[in-house]
Amino acid sequence: MALPPPDPRFVLRGTTAAVHTLHFSCGGQEPDFPILFSGSESGFVHVWNLKTRRVETALDGHGRKSVYWVETMGAKDRLLSQGRDQRICLWDLAEGRTSVTDSVFTENVGFCRCSLLKVAQERWLMAMAAKSLEEVQVLELPSKTSVCTLKPEVGAKLGMPMCLKLWQLDTGSQPWLLAGYEDGSVSLWNLSMGKVWSQLVCHQEPVMSLDFDSEKAKGISGSSEKVLSIWSLNEQQNLQVHKTHELINSGISDITIRSDKKILATAGWDHRIRIFGWKKMKPLAVLDYHTATVHCVAFSDHRNPSERLLAAGSKDHRISVWSIYAQT
Amino acid sequence: ELDKMQVLRLCSTKWPVCFISIPDLGHLFSVLKYLNRWYKEDGVRFFSVVPSDRVRDNKSCVEPALALLEQLVRAGGLAELLWEQCEPRAGGPCADVLLGLLVGLPDRVGNRLRGRAPGALLPRGYFALLGGAVLQALSSLPGGSDCSVSFVSQVVGKVCVHGGQKEILGVLVPQLTELTQSDCIWQRICWRLVESVPDRWMEAVLLGFVQNALSRLLGNLVVKNKKAQFVMTQKLLLLQYGYTTAVLQNVLGYLSLDNLRRALLIKVLQELLETWGSSSAVRHSPVEQQLYISKAILICLSHLKESEIESCRQELLTNMMAGVKCHLDSSLPQIRRLGMIVAESVSVRINTDGPVLKFQVTEAALPGELEAVEKPQTATQGVPEEESDTELDSDDDLVPYDMSEDKEIKSTKAPVYIRDCIEVLTGSDDVHKWDATIKALEGLIRKNPAATREVSVELAKILLHVEEKSCIEGFAVLRQKAQVAVLTTDPIPVAQYLTSQFYSLNYSLRQRMDILDVLVLAAQEMSSPKFYGKNKPSNAQKPCIQLLPESSSSKGWRQIVDERIKSKTRRLQFSLGQGQSQAETDAGPNEFNSVAGHFFFPLIQNFDRPLSTFDLLGEDHFVLGRLVHTLAILMYLAASVVTPMGKALLEFVWALRFHTDAYVRQGLLSCISSVLLSVPAAHLLEDVAEVLVETRCWLADVVEKDPDGDCRRLALQNLLLMENLKKKLETAPS
Repeated sequence: MALPPPDPRFVLRGTTAAVHTLHFSCGGQEPDFPILFSGSESGFVHVWNLKTRRVETALDGHGRKSVYWVETMGAKDRLLSQGRDQRICLWDLAEGRTSVTDSVFTENVGFCRCSLLKVAQERWLMAMAAKSLEEVQVLELPSKTSVCTLKPEVGAKLGMPMCLKLWQLDTGSQPWLLAGYEDGSVSLWNLSMGKVWSQLVCHQEPVMSLDFDSEKAKGISGSSEKVLSIWSLNEQQNLQVHKTHELINSGISDITIRSDKKILATAGWDHRIRIFGWKKMKPLAVLDYHTATVHCVAFSDHRNPSERLLAAGSKDHRISVWSIYAQT
Repeated sequence: ELDKMQVLRLCSTKWPVCFISIPDLGHLFSVLKYLNRWYKEDGVRFFSVVPSDRVRDNKSCVEPALALLEQLVRAGGLAELLWEQCEPRAGGPCADVLLGLLVGLPDRVGNRLRGRAPGALLPRGYFALLGGAVLQALSSLPGGSDCSVSFVSQVVGKVCVHGGQKEILGVLVPQLTELTQSDCIWQRICWRLVESVPDRWMEAVLLGFVQNALSRLLGNLVVKNKKAQFVMTQKLLLLQYGYTTAVLQNVLGYLSLDNLRRALLIKVLQELLETWGSSSAVRHSPVEQQLYISKAILICLSHLKESEIESCRQELLTNMMAGVKCHLDSSLPQIRRLGMIVAESVSVRINTDGPVLKFQVTEAALPGELEAVEKPQTATQGVPEEESDTELDSDDDLVPYDMSEDKEIKSTKAPVYIRDCIEVLTGSDDVHKWDATIKALEGLIRKNPAATREVSVELAKILLHVEEKSCIEGFAVLRQKAQVAVLTTDPIPVAQYLTSQFYSLNYSLRQRMDILDVLVLAAQEMSSPKFYGKNKPSNAQKPCIQLLPESSSSKGWRQIVDERIKSKTRRLQFSLGQGQSQAETDAGPNEFNSVAGHFFFPLIQNFDRPLSTFDLLGEDHFVLGRLVHTLAILMYLAASVVTPMGKALLEFVWALRFHTDAYVRQGLLSCISSVLLSVPAAHLLEDVAEVLVETRCWLADVVEKDPDGDCRRLALQNLLLMENLKKKLETAPS
């Protein structure tokens, strides 16, 4: 008899709005405390102290418009947040400051989360949906200079980009961008050439989320359908379907592979978090705690693997934090 | 060397003493030889000496004689005796006497000594030694073609009949099995040995042999010997059923191993199937026997070849079809299952090209023993596939958690009002809505008793007729729960409706049984102490607005009284304290009491009035069985105010007591238990004493004669209950 699934380690309450995005920052040394950033529908970014499990600060920078992406740039005191006010803000949180030092006006009205990739010391690339509906723009941070604009071919009819993932094989090699589109296809963009390298129709519905494992050259995407699609890149960097995994209930809003590439978590519209083994997509656990759609899942970046956590934010205003398969 | 006259003289007078004086064993045997010849000529004295009159009172004579006898038996005297009887010219009238003496020796010694006999002369030891002696005699058979083993066979046969079967064959059979393995002379000797056993003892010998490698030991005995044939093909298979599966496999395997015998095997299968398919046998023989016969059929089938089955396909088919019908007709689930399993196996074998019977028998439902029978067949079909999927790169170190709770989520909203539910159930085409309604209905009914009461009968009617629209999981259970909820909420009108429908036209058996189930479940719920207060009709029936203070004050009233009682009562904390608290939680009136009559009497009224579609006393005896069980439960749950019910039920039982269906009889016996348990003893004596006396005779009869084990047990329990009742009444002051 299999063990019953675990309960959450703890639950963070108090955002008073649906939680749309989560990001851990736990890699610091003592006396730094582990931090979880959460972006909520009310426009606040909450900074949670995971030691006391309380809100340290609540950042209000998006005019009470929903925040749907947060990410740190290097250290935990430099935070990027993207909001429905069409702005991406860079926060300076050092020494207790809570000020927006810089911002980008995207002019994009979609829900596409940005993707950030560190390409060199103090140099990042950020992919974001641009003003024009089908376009993706890649900026260099912190200089904000535009690297390229990725336009699908005329008549491709991909629709809006829904999710983005910047990656490179190893530091210094050329960066690639994976983008999931409204028509259900996933495209691999070559940034230096500025054009689509390979394309694959993975879903019938818009791609809601994708994640990619550059070591195994294998990725996974989810949509509003009942299937997870797993695809891979062959030697010629062409996308091909690896397999699909049937789900019980339809709708996936977020997928995250843990950094050690052993397991992955999905956030489901059926209120459940699902854990799979990444190698063979073996279903491992179904975490049923939330009472509304789960919007996002995130794994922590603890240095000590056994401390690793999984957090999920939901429409029911709660963030559940789990410790699952931390030992393996 | 002693001469004959010396021995004779000594033996006729004080023989034991003379034996003691014989200096060594060599002498003993020479004496024995003389003795043998002597009793051949002059009649027998040797073994009969021990209990003879002459030494009866003389202890000093008996004990040495006994010692001598024991020595003789241990030293191989028996083998020598047997051997001599195998000689061609042996035999004659004294052989019979010798046979009797040889076999009866332990009894004679035992009678004389009353338990003080030495081990070698007790039945167990003696017969084992005799078995050894038989082997020894056979191994050195006198030469010549005309030697005879018939005396030895007679010894073996007679010992088997006299209760030494296990001991003598326990020695003989394993040795013979080993010896015959490679030696064909031994094989012939063995066949002769068994063939020469007289008919009257044949059965006992054969039954001892059936555990072993029969074919080698018996040869074609069944073909040559009528008696053996009868035992092997009739008695072992059709008349008795206490043997293990291994014995069955042995016997049928033996029949299948030789072409001469295979004809018998087909005959056996036909006879088995005939018995299996006979409705009288299905109804009257115990379940164990039917299981035994089913096993035999399956084994037979596995031994027979295609061509052999072909030769008698038509008869097999006829018998099988008859059998399926009467098995499925049975009200005992085991029998139905047996019928399905056997019919499936038979039909697979006889319909090689045509359609094959296939029942929905789950693997788990297979009775364990049958599984064991089927296993060897499947095991030969091939080694189970090994998992080729041995990829090292797997998620094996990640142990999954239980994911059984991961089910589909339905988004349709369930109705909130009872009347909405009625609307959906009667007219809606929206399957999702219908599903949600069925799921929500029970909760709604329980939450809104007042609203339910307004439409209770209508709701009961809808629920009785509603049919599954979509493949919703647990539909039957959900519907039943809702029905129970309606019935408990508004017991009298709904019970009246349901009981009247039970006997009306145009219902399926399933619906009628649903009615019975619902009545029982509701009765159970209403009679349980938890029910009280959860669903108080008095509160909800009042259409007035309930004032908050009123309910709180009534609560306060209760509390105050309780507290006062507490303060005024001195409690003995030890032992009593526990009982008290338990009584507090359990107390509460039995709500079912007051309405039991509405459940009970309409059901008992019309059982003997057949309708065109529903004949309880005829072929719908399965429903009758359920009805009887239901009545028993209702009676039991009604408890203590039920004298008229008890009386009616006893009369009902009396009318049906010789019903042929075991399930019905079980129900009747439960009815009697319920009456005995529920009706107060004093009332029983007053009102139904005569019926009880009659019932008691019937019960005693059932205990002895009923073919069904459960019936016998229930009857015995009833008798015990009656006995207890009697004791109670006797001890109570009159």
